[in-house]
Amino acid sequence: MCVTCGCGTDDAHIVTENHHHHGHDHGHHHHHGEGQHSHSHQDTNGRLITLEKDILHENALLAARNRGYLDAKKIFAINMVSSPGSGKTMLLERTLTDLKNEMDFSVIEGDQNTSLDAERIRSTGTKAIQINTGKGCHLDAHMVLHAIQDLDPPDKSILFIENVGNLVCPSMFDLGENERVVIFSVTEGDDKPIKYPDMFHTSGVCVINKTDLLPYVPFNMETAIENAKKINPELTFFTTSCTTGDGLDKWYDWLRVKVFKPVTG
Amino acid sequence: MHEITLVANIIELAEKEARKAGVRSIRSIEIEIGKLSCIEKAAFDFAWMHGVKNTMLYGAERITHFIPGEAACKSCHEVFEVEELYEACPRCGDYFSEIVHGQELRVKSIRVEE
Repeated sequence: MCVTCGCGTDDAHIVTENHHHHGHDHGHHHHHGEGQHSHSHQDTNGRLITLEKDILHENALLAARNRGYLDAKKIFAINMVSSPGSGKTMLLERTLTDLKNEMDFSVIEGDQNTSLDAERIRSTGTKAIQINTGKGCHLDAHMVLHAIQDLDPPDKSILFIENVGNLVCPSMFDLGENERVVIFSVTEGDDKPIKYPDMFHTSGVCVINKTDLLPYVPFNMETAIENAKKINPELTFFTTSCTTGDGLDKWYDWLRVKVFKPVTG
Repeated sequence: MHEITLVANIIELAEKEARKAGVRSIRSIEIEIGKLSCIEKAAFDFAWMHGVKNTMLYGAERITHFIPGEAACKSCHEVFEVEELYEACPRCGDYFSEIVHGQELRVKSIRVEE
């Protein structure tokens, strides 16, 4: 049982720089077999207990707790979501390297396996912690709660949470972030937003990455932005190339505004 | 496969409530799933079938209400049914709308045996 938060649905591992720990192996066990039928023939026997509870209630509570903690320390938390290979980690490497003399950063890395991404981040001189979700396809607020405790990010800093590369599942899980940033690359096609609408619907910022490859792929920037705006007309867009550095200045300006702005309100 | 997580959460909610009430078993459970909620029905059924084994929900009847999507246009306030998150308002053609129904993920009730 997790003594800090009392919940027990997590079998993820947090991998700190020098050691592996905190495997909550108190998750649910799934066994095989049959056992339900989903059609209704109103059963009136027994006693009815009304719950009216959100299925993601526990996650919502822990996310609110994370949000409160981060707000109090004036930490601006950004949940970075995308499909695998969109360039999330490289965008972070560039950002951390280019802005490290201006502001404080820390990073939570989520991947199913390995600490490779956390090592890449650490090589920029930034404090990073790796969460391995194992079979899990997303980070949840519980994993992030413990990662924040271990990482102990400084006041008035930016906390990047790089989610597991997956454009579906992470959209449902609030981590307590201040902003959700969805990244997709021009090699993925300009129809990506309408293929995976949920993630674009729940994000506030959209980064279209790898623009240096535009001459080589059939990708229409206007169509891509139009598609994303159909799902979420309030999205803010950045177009970037982490190889040439194109467009990064606008992304950096956005971060500068965020880090010096009070996050509550 | 976030459906597995959701099934695990439903089991946890239901068992917690059943234990609190000190009951012997759960006869049925009533849940609401919005049609825009990112749940793949087949994956959910599969996760349910395997997930409930050895829990108080094994053998319990699952009553599932699928809630249709509904949006309210922010420009002209028209309320209309939607099947996707990105549908233009049928009255003014605008995409500025707010989803008012269809994203529900809720355990409504359980029926228990004393």
